[in-house]
Amino acid sequence: MLLLECPWCGERAQSEFTYGGDATLERPADPQSVSLREWLDYVYLRENPRGPHLEWWHHATGCRRWFKVKRDTWTHEVLGSAPPGAAVSEDSA
Amino acid sequence: MSQPWRDSEGGLVERGRELGFEFDGRALRGYAGDSVASALLANGVRTVGRSFKYHRRRGVVGAGVEEPNALIRLRRGARAEPNLRATQVELFDGLSCTSQNRWPSLEFDIGAVNNLASRLLPAGFYYKTFMWPGTWWRFYEHFIRKAAGLGEAPREPDPDTYAHRHAHCDVLVVGGGPTGLAAAQAAAGGGGRVILVDEQSRLGGGLMGLVAEIEGMPALDWVESVRRKLSESDNVRVLTRTTAFGYYDQNLVALNERCADHLAEPSPHQPRQRLWWVRAKQVVLATGAIERPLVFGGNDLPGVMLASAVREYAKRYAVRCGRRAVVFTNNDDAYRTALALQRQGVDVRAVVDARVEGPGPDALAAVEGVAIEVRRGQVVIEAKGAKSLEAVRIARYHPERGAVSDVHRLGCDLLCMSGGHSPAVHLFSQSQGQLAYDERLAAFVPGESRQAERSAGAARGTWSLSGCLAEGAEAGAAAAEAAGVGIGSAPVSSAPTPGNGEWRENPLLPLWTVPLPEGHRAKQFVDFQNDVTADDVALAAREGYDSVEHLKRYTTLGMGTDQGRTSNVNGLAILAAQVGQSIPEVGTTTFRPPYAPVAMGAIAGREVGVEFSPIRRTPMHDWHVQAGAPFITAGQWLRPQYYPRPGESIMDSINREALAVRRSVGVVDVSTLGKIAVQGRDAGEFLERVYINRWKNLKVGRLRYGFMLREDGFIFDDGTTTRVAEDEYYMTTTTGNAGPVMTHLEYYAQTVWPELHVHLSSISDQWAGVALAGPNARRVLAAACDGAEVGNEALPFMGYLETTISGAPVRILRMTFSGELAYEVHTPSGYGLRVWEALLEAGAPWDIMPYGTEALGVLRIEKGHVVAGELDGRTVPSDFGFDRLQRPDSDFIGKRSLERPGLRKENRHAFVGLRSVDGRRIPRGAQIVVNAARPRPVPMLGHVTATCYSPNLGQHIALALLDDADRYQGEILYAASPLEGENVPVEVTHPVFLDPAGERARG
Repeated sequence: MLLLECPWCGERAQSEFTYGGDATLERPADPQSVSLREWLDYVYLRENPRGPHLEWWHHATGCRRWFKVKRDTWTHEVLGSAPPGAAVSEDSA
Repeated sequence: MSQPWRDSEGGLVERGRELGFEFDGRALRGYAGDSVASALLANGVRTVGRSFKYHRRRGVVGAGVEEPNALIRLRRGARAEPNLRATQVELFDGLSCTSQNRWPSLEFDIGAVNNLASRLLPAGFYYKTFMWPGTWWRFYEHFIRKAAGLGEAPREPDPDTYAHRHAHCDVLVVGGGPTGLAAAQAAAGGGGRVILVDEQSRLGGGLMGLVAEIEGMPALDWVESVRRKLSESDNVRVLTRTTAFGYYDQNLVALNERCADHLAEPSPHQPRQRLWWVRAKQVVLATGAIERPLVFGGNDLPGVMLASAVREYAKRYAVRCGRRAVVFTNNDDAYRTALALQRQGVDVRAVVDARVEGPGPDALAAVEGVAIEVRRGQVVIEAKGAKSLEAVRIARYHPERGAVSDVHRLGCDLLCMSGGHSPAVHLFSQSQGQLAYDERLAAFVPGESRQAERSAGAARGTWSLSGCLAEGAEAGAAAAEAAGVGIGSAPVSSAPTPGNGEWRENPLLPLWTVPLPEGHRAKQFVDFQNDVTADDVALAAREGYDSVEHLKRYTTLGMGTDQGRTSNVNGLAILAAQVGQSIPEVGTTTFRPPYAPVAMGAIAGREVGVEFSPIRRTPMHDWHVQAGAPFITAGQWLRPQYYPRPGESIMDSINREALAVRRSVGVVDVSTLGKIAVQGRDAGEFLERVYINRWKNLKVGRLRYGFMLREDGFIFDDGTTTRVAEDEYYMTTTTGNAGPVMTHLEYYAQTVWPELHVHLSSISDQWAGVALAGPNARRVLAAACDGAEVGNEALPFMGYLETTISGAPVRILRMTFSGELAYEVHTPSGYGLRVWEALLEAGAPWDIMPYGTEALGVLRIEKGHVVAGELDGRTVPSDFGFDRLQRPDSDFIGKRSLERPGLRKENRHAFVGLRSVDGRRIPRGAQIVVNAARPRPVPMLGHVTATCYSPNLGQHIALALLDDADRYQGEILYAASPLEGENVPVEVTHPVFLDPAGERARG
């Protein structure tokens, strides 16, 4: 069970959170302006990196806030977290 | 004589407390402080079980967690527990246990015929034999299942409770031997929170089998003084009878505390076991080492034991494991066992040492001082005996040729073997730490760490007592320092004052298999529990299973309940020799939790029975109970299914309720709907992005029905949303999707469109809801409301009103699910029952009837309204004709995906109604086909999503999704359910069976 740092509540056990997928993607501001191909890549295609990766997590049984976690998918090391819109600094872990 | 194999004095057992116990129905005696294994040995019981595959006689081999053979079924009835290691079960008065894997009895076991047929049962036997013909598998399976598995679980529910506990600490020390005690002492010095755990009932670990002095006192007195000091410190928690069994991410260590296993049954309110989840800043692994057996012929015969275990039985339990002993070793440590036996008065006939140079000078002097013969450069090639050990065959060993010569025989009833020690690296390896192979020790030791832990003492291959004490103290201090609770200086070296006659030792000689004389065959066991021999390993290697992970699965080496604690290193060393690789090249299999078996009850904890999952009840729940309604679960909710009257069948009740709504009026509890307050100046804009339809133009005091899609274009949820104020909307969701919709909305509000001013609150539990439906609904509402005007002008269809009923504030939403003139009356939860009863009272003149989920379902099917059965994640708005609601001009979640060819209307199935042609029930989940009698495969045109008997139409109807729906309108197709053996002719119709123009709802 991971220990994640909610930017608002601090370090909590993984059981309080829900995983929310890849946080490196950005929803096209105007989906009509991109090709259908690009749109479907956004909807379906996910990188599966070995190493550091940005993920969305939701503090579901806590403050109900979404935030980003940088996590090493190989070692499970949690490298840091940040609110949406902010960059994850690795010192915060 | 009672306990004939017990010394007349000594040991740590309480001779004043004699206990009675039973093994396979035989009444025996032991002492408090005994394990079941030590008590059995004290009574001279040598055969304690039968082996898994060959049903060979097996005796006690070890003294602790490493025991592969002595597995027992403890207690009787509901508290019975299989596969417990007799070496770890503490004796209590009245204990009852039985041996396993034998029938009809331990002495006479039918399955032992497998031993005679063992030439026919090689490695991978099941894989090779039961492959074909495929159709025979159903016969094979019956017998394989019967032969497989170890022990028998009780059939009754477990009467005991189990607890869970979470804890945090600065330093967790695993292991309460000399290393762990020194570590805990040093770690606690700075005041940090320290937890010390040990799996045994008392601290001391290996010190219980040693003669030694620490700080000028006998070792066990030192243990007691440290224990007292630690227990008296507020910052230290000492947990005995507690196994650290799992090391997880970020220093989370799982412990299993056996609170009451040493009692006949737990005291009232005492949990039997407690599972701890400890998040430690630093961990010290002082888990010790496990002795390796030697692999020679007949090494599984009762009477062949690990040398360290024999020493522990002698020292700790004052039990003699035999009368005439031989010690067989490749290292100096086993000489301590020879000395301990000699002191017990056991005739030690020889120490057989595989090393030509023999032991170091100190061990040699010690044994020669008591006239024990040392046979250097010799090995035991085979243990002989009918029921237990009677003699060993000894030979000269030629390691350079891998051969033996000059075989001779020596009578004995006890053989103490030592193949060296393997550090217990299980937890280290679970923590993702990398193992390194130490040639000098011929063992894997902890290498590079991945988590905040450090190993010390025997767990990292340090065998000497002074070394363990020094390393423990150092590791404890360093861990405290790293956790920020150090004392700021090196630990005062309080511990090591050896003077323990620590020996100058000769190096160990790796000896993985003892060669047999030319042409001689014998079973040389590597894994005792799973009956894997050196020949099996060699055969697997010849057949190409040359990776250690494949070897394990093919031969089942190390896959027993002991997880290969004694067999792992021997097995992979034999494999390495076979495939011509070095041991580190072959590597180990992955160590996974749990280190030792954990009862399922401990893992479940309190989350059993009604506490398995929360139960949600509506504010009107007790009323429904009073009315005699059976309940149905909807997620965590309990909903009344129908309200039976005396003499009615289920169908009678459902039909009565459904007819009452169409003919007069009824009420149904809809409190379980999800409710979300969407507030803020951009609330309308936000709703337009998450729903497919328009919201900004919705007037205050009006509501609208909406669909929400996922980003892939499929329907996620539906419901109504009401504009209750300029900047506030009141959203309802389906019961099952309340949580997921909230999470979905929060995701978009917080991460995708953070610039929108919108605030979301889940208010599902804060509001109760009642749907009032039927031609007389308005009359009932008018009578119930405290004076508010509810006519068609004041409260039109899809209108909204805030008023009071019996003084309770209510939100009235004029909308319909049944298709009748209907209202949903929402009220703060605390008023739910009051409003429910007020509506029933006001409706009495119209014979108002409460109705349950069954009638609710019938009414909605008659009207062709969709629920989860249709919104199953595979449907889009156009399937139901709801594409007309879609906003063409601006984006919403999922809109772009609807442009995919597969989601375009012309390529899709569509929603239709079905009427049973011959009066039969239309089967649930049926496939729709043109003619089920056609040769298979029959093309499937669609499927039934909902089915019922319609009392208002007097016939069986259904809803379905159908390809080419326009083409089949009015045609006869078949609803086929091969599962139920049903094939019902149906007419394809419009999905709205009743009042297609919707006049009733608007009236």
